[in-house]
Amino acid sequence: MDKRLEPIVKDVQEKFGATLAEFREEAHLFVAAEKIVGALTLLRDTHKFELLSALTASDYYPQTTPRFHVIYQLSSVEKNLTLQVRVPVNEANPQVPTAAHVYKVANWREREVFDMFGIVFEGHPDPRRILMPEDTVGHPLRKDYPLGYEEPQFTFNFDEIRVVKPAPKE
Amino acid sequence: MSQIEEVSVDQFKHLVSERALTGETMLLNMGPQHPSTHGVLRVLLELDGETIINCVPDIGYLHTGVEKNMEAKTYQKAEVMTDRLDYMNPLGNNLSYVLAVEKLVDLDVPARAQAIRVILVELQRIASHMVWLGAFGLDLAAMSMFLYCFRERERILDIFELVSGQRMMTTYIRPGGVWRDVPVEFDKAVREFVQMFHKRVDEYERLLTRNPIFIDRLVGIGYLSVETALQYGVTGPNLRASGSDWDLRKARPYMGYEQYDFNIPTRPEGDTYARYIVRIEELRESLKIIEQALNKMPLGPVNSDNRKFVPPPRAEIGVSMEALIHHFKLWTEGFPAPKNSVYSAVESPRGELGMYLEGDGGPKPYRIHLRTPSFDNLAVLPEIVKGHLVADLVAILASIDIVLGDIDR
Repeated sequence: MDKRLEPIVKDVQEKFGATLAEFREEAHLFVAAEKIVGALTLLRDTHKFELLSALTASDYYPQTTPRFHVIYQLSSVEKNLTLQVRVPVNEANPQVPTAAHVYKVANWREREVFDMFGIVFEGHPDPRRILMPEDTVGHPLRKDYPLGYEEPQFTFNFDEIRVVKPAPKE
Repeated sequence: MSQIEEVSVDQFKHLVSERALTGETMLLNMGPQHPSTHGVLRVLLELDGETIINCVPDIGYLHTGVEKNMEAKTYQKAEVMTDRLDYMNPLGNNLSYVLAVEKLVDLDVPARAQAIRVILVELQRIASHMVWLGAFGLDLAAMSMFLYCFRERERILDIFELVSGQRMMTTYIRPGGVWRDVPVEFDKAVREFVQMFHKRVDEYERLLTRNPIFIDRLVGIGYLSVETALQYGVTGPNLRASGSDWDLRKARPYMGYEQYDFNIPTRPEGDTYARYIVRIEELRESLKIIEQALNKMPLGPVNSDNRKFVPPPRAEIGVSMEALIHHFKLWTEGFPAPKNSVYSAVESPRGELGMYLEGDGGPKPYRIHLRTPSFDNLAVLPEIVKGHLVADLVAILASIDIVLGDIDR
């Protein structure tokens, strides 16, 4: 971890009870969902992380508490630092307060995370799907969502698959 | 016959002004099939006469589920998906992905492979800017620019074909190095191109930079401030045209960019014309990097000798049992990566191209997220087109250089 990150990490840990994990020189801060807007605002205003580089999520199915991590990748243009903030989200209540008013780019990125993972961002100004059509059922990047391969036909399931497939007209 | 549903304005109600609902202003769809949207992009416009009041981009028409597909493939096989992501920048995407994999498994790359990567990625940047400049000219009715730019781009694609056998979907940069060493003709081909291209850039500038029609269409159009750009996550030439000198090649050097002497072109104006000037200057800087990298390209291997990640050379397989086992294991099972995550980013022609890559101890990525620059660059569009004419929207959209394959993934 970069030496200059240490006071910043300490500040967030003290104010928001965050825990730290490190891997390959990267700092990952774990923050609770209800404190994320405060933590992001602090990082943006006091510590000059003015760029939200990426906002995404990861699904740890079949684990349920937490099932998801919402990941905020922050960059500081002024200080040339990066920091990752992760928010664990439970399956029972997949909700995170929106950060769209802290970083405007979060508007579209949160729509994408909602579209792909079904995590609801409370108070989002425009909560529609963004990449998938409006009438899609399910959320494709969840681990329990199938990739959509056609099942190969073997002798043991020969009839089963022939019934499901549309037959050509005679 | 299936029923035709009339799309109601309800789902866009909160994005347009009240006057649109009474019919006082007009709602107009631009796209999805429109030549100046550079792909399949739909923009819903609210117009008062010819002035844009609100603009709602609608994306997702090219969504192919790249991230989901990559999760089902091994680390080596997932790389081919990155070629098809931003089709104007396949080598840059390869590099971004490969850097993330190398960071995750902690793999070093020999100096010669680094130099080859830099040369190819900078050539790719020029090729991408050529398509941009051609399309930009075309949108502003400078038809001949399109022909000139594609003529030069073809020369670059020939070089790619020379090294990788493919013009576009190269998959040439691999984890641990590159596919194989460049052929002997490579040096001459690149030098000839560089020599020729210096003059061509001057030609483009003579055609466009002081052209009064061009200036009238661009100066003062689509102003973007640094603060707005950062708020919306805009990076790359669009950010640098607003006055910031944020470039990952300088800020966080990768692949030995710190040893090359080049400048970061910036402009303070933040308008469409500034974005044009910055990209033209970037062409010259890329040429500088290519020349330096060619001159000091070291000799030696082009692949890491860590056999747990890089397949052994063909000749070794016939004589070494271990090499045969490694070859077999790597191409059937793949290599494992630790259960943790990394984020690595490179400067693509459009901005920060980041990869969030998470391993689970197995040979397939558990989760990969592609932070594509065009996505954020398009998100800022509604902010900068307000109050402009429809014809200016075409110029602005062309100037922010979006690639729809990059946005929809």
